[in-house]
Parts: sequence; structure tokens; C-alpha cells
Amino acid sequence: MQASNVLNYDYSVAKCFTYATILFGIVGMLIGVIIAYQMAYPELNYFAGEYGTYSRLRPLHTSGVIFGFLLSGIFATWYYVGQRVLKVSIAESKFLMSVGRVHFWLYLVVILMAVVSLFMGISTSKEYAELEWPLDIGVVLLWVLWGISIFGLIGIRREKTLYVSIWYYIATFLGVAMLYLFNNMEVPTYFVSGMGKWYHSVSMYAGTNDAMVQWWYGHNAVAFVFTVPIVAMIYYFLPKESAQPIFSYKLSILSFWGLMFVYLWAGGHHLLYSTVPDWVQTMGSIFSIILILPSWGSAINMLLTMKGEWGQLKENPLIKFMVLASTFYMLSTLEGPIQAIKSVNALAHFTDWIPGHVHDGTLGWVGFMTMAALYHMTPRMFKKELFSKKLMESQFWLQTTGIVMYFSSMWIAGITQGMMWRASDQYGNLEYSFMDTVSVLIPYYTLRATGGLFYLIGFLLFAYNMYKTITSGKAILSEPQNSSPMQA
Amino acid sequence: MFHWLERNPFFFAVGVFLVIAYAGVVTILPDFMESARPVIGTKPYTVLELAGRQIYIKDSCNACHSQLIRPFKSETDRYGMYSLSGEYAYDRPFLWGSKRTGPDLMRVGNYRTTDWHDHHMRNPQSVVSGSIMPAYKHMYTNNADIQTAYAEAYTVKKVFNVPYDKPNMPRLGTFEEANKEVMKEASAIIADMKSDDVKEAFKKGEIKEIVALIAYLNSLK
Repeated sequence: MQASNVLNYDYSVAKCFTYATILFGIVGMLIGVIIAYQMAYPELNYFAGEYGTYSRLRPLHTSGVIFGFLLSGIFATWYYVGQRVLKVSIAESKFLMSVGRVHFWLYLVVILMAVVSLFMGISTSKEYAELEWPLDIGVVLLWVLWGISIFGLIGIRREKTLYVSIWYYIATFLGVAMLYLFNNMEVPTYFVSGMGKWYHSVSMYAGTNDAMVQWWYGHNAVAFVFTVPIVAMIYYFLPKESAQPIFSYKLSILSFWGLMFVYLWAGGHHLLYSTVPDWVQTMGSIFSIILILPSWGSAINMLLTMKGEWGQLKENPLIKFMVLASTFYMLSTLEGPIQAIKSVNALAHFTDWIPGHVHDGTLGWVGFMTMAALYHMTPRMFKKELFSKKLMESQFWLQTTGIVMYFSSMWIAGITQGMMWRASDQYGNLEYSFMDTVSVLIPYYTLRATGGLFYLIGFLLFAYNMYKTITSGKAILSEPQNSSPMQA
Repeated sequence: MFHWLERNPFFFAVGVFLVIAYAGVVTILPDFMESARPVIGTKPYTVLELAGRQIYIKDSCNACHSQLIRPFKSETDRYGMYSLSGEYAYDRPFLWGSKRTGPDLMRVGNYRTTDWHDHHMRNPQSVVSGSIMPAYKHMYTNNADIQTAYAEAYTVKKVFNVPYDKPNMPRLGTFEEANKEVMKEASAIIADMKSDDVKEAFKKGEIKEIVALIAYLNSLK
């Protein structure tokens, strides 16, 4: 496209969400590091009275990084990528512009209220769905606003064919909407009984059914927040940054529809050997294995996009972030299915191997890809040169070391604990008390927390690099050169 | 077909939705009624136990403790009889947890006493040497929220037909009646505790969070 024809995209909303991503990233990861050290050094539980215990902070960490850091990262990239691949500026519609602004401010209010309410211990107990009903309504509202923004922009698009990234954003929107609504069905007790706390509610489902709905949600929150939108990002940013066309369109189609078709079944693998029906458990197990295909489909598609261009790894640290992200995606989508095999799960369930698995996915795949996206966007949004590539290099190695420390220590810890729980002596009695199986893990907890600390320091370097780029980076007149998906 | 879908966002979205929605319908609906049926002998929680359960949730005890015993010898040896679906029929929400940083609590009422919990919650290391569990001292100063617990019991009775006030089931009645029951239950628990501050407060008519929590933990059998 000729320079004179280049659209003036409006990045004001994308910029706001970029700031939010950095802010909530720091907060969420800091709390993560604190609770990780609390497991190694329990005295650290008492720095803020009842508000500083591990148990109060844990939902804050998970919600903070999922709904604070990552969700704002997803929104930031949407408000950047969406305009470019649809070839339409959001500023062309006053309505969509104001929807975008309201979307951001409502999001900020909901997240801040979520932080306060979780500190106070207001929780429904369901993992990644702890928020009580008034905040659930806020979440639904802001989700609807995002939907209007997506479909509104698609409605006024110039490029008629939807690029792969848009498929994944649409799927994120629909998937989370469905899951969140059904898992958060609850009855506010005040409106039935006229007494007690007004914000308290009770789940619509009981016991085993509640567990099924929760893990149908819980596992697929992983799908539609940790996977689908991140794939949307990599499908745009990797070809764009490397100036390489995507390896295979057919593979894109196969892995997209495959992922959609298979993922929702896999929730049952969180409930193996529980009281849910056996066939649901078996289906969960089987579909988890099948899930390797579409997951590796996307990852391989990305890695092969770099075919013959591996030299770029040396010159461009940003490519390194994205290649590492796809590699970790492959690792964790192989590890997950292994853990979903019933006999492996019998050992791994309830142990530290599970958080270990979650974190090689989140730190390696999700975190690296989100930071890479922001690194790519910021120079283009602010028309400033990236402040320091050297700093990016140091950050890359620091964080990679952190991740390796994290998952290797948790592998050892998880398998050790699982083996000790089931060990019996020659008379068939349990060999270890529960406390024995905790004491043995302390060194691994320290190692894990330190790995997390490395990652956090790396993230602070990232934040500093972004800050310096925005405030004092060298101005650039034309956009950094690249080829791109759909010439956007 | 895929090319056509990529140019028709509406049908694309409908297609995606159908593909992602069916699995939930197929896995959750068929056994829904079966899974909701209680086993004989399972009773809904009393109001004080419910208040304790709300505290258990407030402090995310489920972040480190499971309530699900899997059918393995190593688990039944350690924690007791494996879990049955119907035992959870009155659990809203379910509290199976996903991580055992601490031991399972599904049947903790069978092998721990009020006195043990009293010491343990104030200072876990005093009863379990080397424990990494934090102390929950604020449970000895905060009051339990009996009103919200009653509201929850009343709600599940009205909306989900939970069998309060049926023969051999816990009594609920009006709030005043329920409150009397709560005081009776609480005084029995407090009699077994050694914490003087909790006893003093009870004389003034206050029920501390710890009392409700212990009532709940004792009910887990």
C-alpha cells in the first residue's frame, strides 16, 4: 500500500489498555511471588493481618494475572490488531470510539472493585470465578461492550475477508461469554430472604454438578483466555515482525476448528477419580490427548513460518520472545494431555506438578507472547523507537531462567509428593505422615519462588523499557518496515 | 465453505458458537438429576455450620485443602471412606479444591476435635510441628455472620427445596428460632474450647468466627 493511502488508526484505547496490562502485570506477579515465598517461609503470612495470608492472596494472584494483566493485554492487542487487519480506523465511527472508551473505564472500575472485594474475602470460592454477583454483572456489561466493539468494527470493515486473528478474537468473545454466564449462575440470598449481606449469593448448582460446571468453565477459561486470544496475537505479530507469510493456511483452518471442536470436552480431566460419572472422566481424558493435534497445529504453523529465517533470532530479540512462546506452547500442550491420562493423573492431581504445568504455559507462552505484542505495538502507537534492545535481551534470559527454575522445581516437588502420599511399608501401612510430605518440599518451594522473582524482575525491566520508550524514545517518522498479514 | 464463512462474520460466529457449545450440553445435562440426589443420611448444614462454611470460603481454605477422597487405598487409609456423589448434594458451592498443600478435610470431623482445631487455628505449629499453614488469629476477633448464614439456608430451602424443617432434618424456622439453635450449638462447642477470649465474648452474646468454623469442620464426616 502506498504511504499516502495509509489509514490513520486511532490507538487511544489500545494505549490505555497497554498501561493497564503493565500495571496489573506488576501487581499480579508481585502477589504471586509473595505467596510463593509464603509457602517456603510461613512467617511471611503476617505482614498485613488477615489481609496478607496466603489464602486471601491466592485468588488475588490468579484473578490479577488472568483478568487484570492478560485481559487488558488481549483488549490492547484487539484495539490495535482489529483496526489494522480490517483496514478501518476506529475513529471513523464516533459510536465505536465511545464504546471503546467506556469499555476501558468500566473495565478499570470492575477490576479495582474486584481487588478490594477479594482482599475483603468476598468470594464465591470457585476458581477464577470468585467474584460475587454484583461484579459479575459488571463483567458481563464490559464483555458486551467489547462484543459491540468487535462486531461494530467488523461491520464497517474495508477488508472483506476476516484474517485468522479475527477468528480467534471472535471465538474468545463467544467462548468466555458462554462459560462465564453459565458458571456464575447464582441466587442472591438477600433478595430471597430479606436479610444478611446484600452481595452474598449461593450457587445454582450443588455438589458434583457444581464441580462439573466449574471445571467445564475452569478448563475452558484456560482455553479462551490463555490460548485462543494468544494464538490470535501470534498469528498477527509473528508474521508482521518477521516479514514472513504464514506457513500454511490449511493448517490454520484445521487447528482453529479443531481447537474449537475439542477443547470444551477436556474439562473432565480436572475431575478424574472424583464422583462425576465415569464416562465424563474418560471423555475428558481422551479429548485431552486429541487436543495435542490442534494445539501443535498452531504452534508448528508458527515455527515453520520462520523456516529459513532463523537468523532473525540473532538480530531481533522480539522474534526470540515469540519463538520461545510457541515452544512453551508446545511443551505445555503436551504436558497437559500427559497429566490427563488417568494413571498419571492419579499421581499428579492435587500436587505441585499442576501449578508447575499452569506456569510453564502462562509464564512461557502467555506472558512472553503478551510482552512481545506490546513490544511490537508501542513503537508504532507512540511513533518512538524502542528504548533498548539490550535490555530486552537481558530480560529474555532472566525470565527464561526463571521459568525453567519454576517448572523444574515443581515437577520434582509434585512427583515427589505424589509418590510419598501413596508409599506404603512392607506391612501395607502408609509410609509417610502428611507432614513428612510437606517438609520435603520446602527447598523446591524456595527455588520456585526465586524463579518467580526472576520473572517478576524481568517484567519490571520490560515495564521500564516501555516507560523509557514512551517518554524518551527517539521519535520515528515512518512506521518500522515490515511486510504483514494482509498488508495491514 | 471455510472461505465463505471467513467473509460472513455472522455465520462464522454462529458456527463457532455451535461447535463450542455442544460439549457442555452433552457432558453436563444427561446425569444432572442423578448427580444431584443425596445419599441416605446426608443432611443439610445447620445455620452455624453454614456460617462456618462461609468463613471457610472467605479465607479460601479450599486453596490448600481438598474435600474429595479418591478411591485409592492410600487415600482411604489416610482420610477415610472415598467420596460419594450424593454426599455433596447440599454443597453450594462444591469445595473439592484442586491442590493439597494441606491434607484433605472431607472427613476431618471423624478424627479431629474442637480442642485440636482451637489450638491449631490460633497457632498451627503448636500442634503440627513444621506446618506451613498460617495462623488465623482474626477468626478469634471477628464475629460470625449468622444473618447471612440464615439468609443462605432460607434461600436454598425456598429456591432449591433443601429439606430443612422436615422429619429428622435440621430445623430452620424463623430467624429468631434459628438463632436460638445457633446459640445452643455454639455453647456446646465453646464448652470444649480453651480460648478464654472466645468464652468471654460468648457471655456477651457474640459468636466468634472460629466457633462457626469449628462447627463446620466437625460436621465434615
